[in-house]
Amino acid sequence: MSCAVKKIEVKDLRLSYAHREVLHGVSFDIVPNEIFAVIGPAQSGKTSLLRCLNRTIDFCANAFVSGTVRVDGEDVRELRNVYELRRKVGMVAPLPVGLPLSIYDNVAFAPRCAGISARSELDGLVEKCLRQAALWDEVKDRLDSLGTKLSGGQQQRLTIARALSHAPEVLCLDEFSIAIDPVTTMRIEDVLKELRSQMTIVLVTNLTQQARRLADRTLFLYNGDVIEIGSNDVIFSGHPANRKTYEYVNGIFG
Amino acid sequence: MIRLCGISAIIFVFGIFFFVFREGAPFLAKLDWSQFLFSPDWIPTSQTQPKYGVGALIVGTLSVTVLAMAIAVPFGLGAAVFVSEFCGKATKETLKIVIELLAAIPSVVWGFIGLCVLNPLIIQTFHTPIGVNMLNGAVLLALMSVPIMVSIGEDALKAVPDSYREAGLALGATRWQIVYRILLPAAKNGLLAAVLLGVGRAIGETMAVLMATGHSVRIPHSVFDPVRTLTATIAAELGETSKGSEHYQVLFLIGILLFSITFAVNLIADLAVRGVRKK
Repeated sequence: MSCAVKKIEVKDLRLSYAHREVLHGVSFDIVPNEIFAVIGPAQSGKTSLLRCLNRTIDFCANAFVSGTVRVDGEDVRELRNVYELRRKVGMVAPLPVGLPLSIYDNVAFAPRCAGISARSELDGLVEKCLRQAALWDEVKDRLDSLGTKLSGGQQQRLTIARALSHAPEVLCLDEFSIAIDPVTTMRIEDVLKELRSQMTIVLVTNLTQQARRLADRTLFLYNGDVIEIGSNDVIFSGHPANRKTYEYVNGIFG
Repeated sequence: MIRLCGISAIIFVFGIFFFVFREGAPFLAKLDWSQFLFSPDWIPTSQTQPKYGVGALIVGTLSVTVLAMAIAVPFGLGAAVFVSEFCGKATKETLKIVIELLAAIPSVVWGFIGLCVLNPLIIQTFHTPIGVNMLNGAVLLALMSVPIMVSIGEDALKAVPDSYREAGLALGATRWQIVYRILLPAAKNGLLAAVLLGVGRAIGETMAVLMATGHSVRIPHSVFDPVRTLTATIAAELGETSKGSEHYQVLFLIGILLFSITFAVNLIADLAVRGVRKK
């Protein structure tokens, strides 16, 4: 891409768990306000890659990372305030983790941690995020009930609302549609298309068609290696640079 | 067979209640309830006019327990949070072993510590005439109930799935924010249970408080006053009564009273836990 500004810059990222390397030197850039998809079969390192971006990889005691990940030009591994980074780079997990709090408190969690406590401000924020995640109409009458009592699809949208609540500049979605039905998936995809004007979106997905529908560019990750990275016009064109990419997106192997 | 094991608990509880009640029951007819419960005059050995008022004993038990809990709850729950969330693996293992050791110390040894260590310490520090008093007993009870609170509380915190912690951290929460906003609400049932088990232990404890609280029947005015508890009274006096005498029967009534208090604590705990769960 010709755009000079890079939102995220990953260079020669290597990651091992214990002594097993799962990412073998991954490099790519993401520019502001694009939707960047990462596709690839299971076990190819997609989730691990995402977790390096906001340093949630730190939770794995035996993970070892080398190479650089820059967000807005700053190396995330040299950051002092990792909490700020995690607010800047929001994450939606594949299986929804509803915190054992009310719907309202789930969404208000991150803003409260960031120091917002005025009820009126929180009210507005909660409504806005739930609307953005296409959940408001279903839950507006029961914001006080437990988030964990919602259905799977609703919980997933709740986690998206929660991720939006700290106004991230980058939103990472890790196979968000794994637990929800196609209709809801389409609704969330519409939401993402709207959100791109406000933020950069990194989309990890098992569904190549989803990457095709949503993304500007797509990265094909296979066994920890970048096979191909390019705009969707090329990747899904029927004649991408690498034969494996063609086979994967067309369902010939995988 | 296995069914018998299961219902044996019920049989035992009712059996104990029945026998204690049978020993105390004959006195029930003669009993002046308001005098029994509220009068501070406990003069069971008087030849002419014995008085059986357990008011001071109830106050003694409750005051020592409350003071002990005021010390133990912050320490116990704090330690549980530290052990489960903040310390490294090696520290954790060591701490758990030491805390379990603490739980294994017999109560008579605690009483001995109260007499020989805490007693002079309290006299020196606070310049009180006697060191075997409410504070002494409460500190001992606190030390005895902290291990229970720590191990049950830690179990409760451990039962909170890691995914909650990760989700919280991924939202930019600090460790303390996770403790306050996620773990405490998520584990509140277990933590409440931990506290109430500690309370149960403190109310039922006999030997340590018998040795360390001063064992004098009166309503305390400060934490440095000696007190006497319900349990200690039974332990100290039952051996000196003749079977079937009034004094003997009243001591069994105290037993029933203790039974009722612990039953009430358990009931409140159960209701509280259920109430919490409903929300």
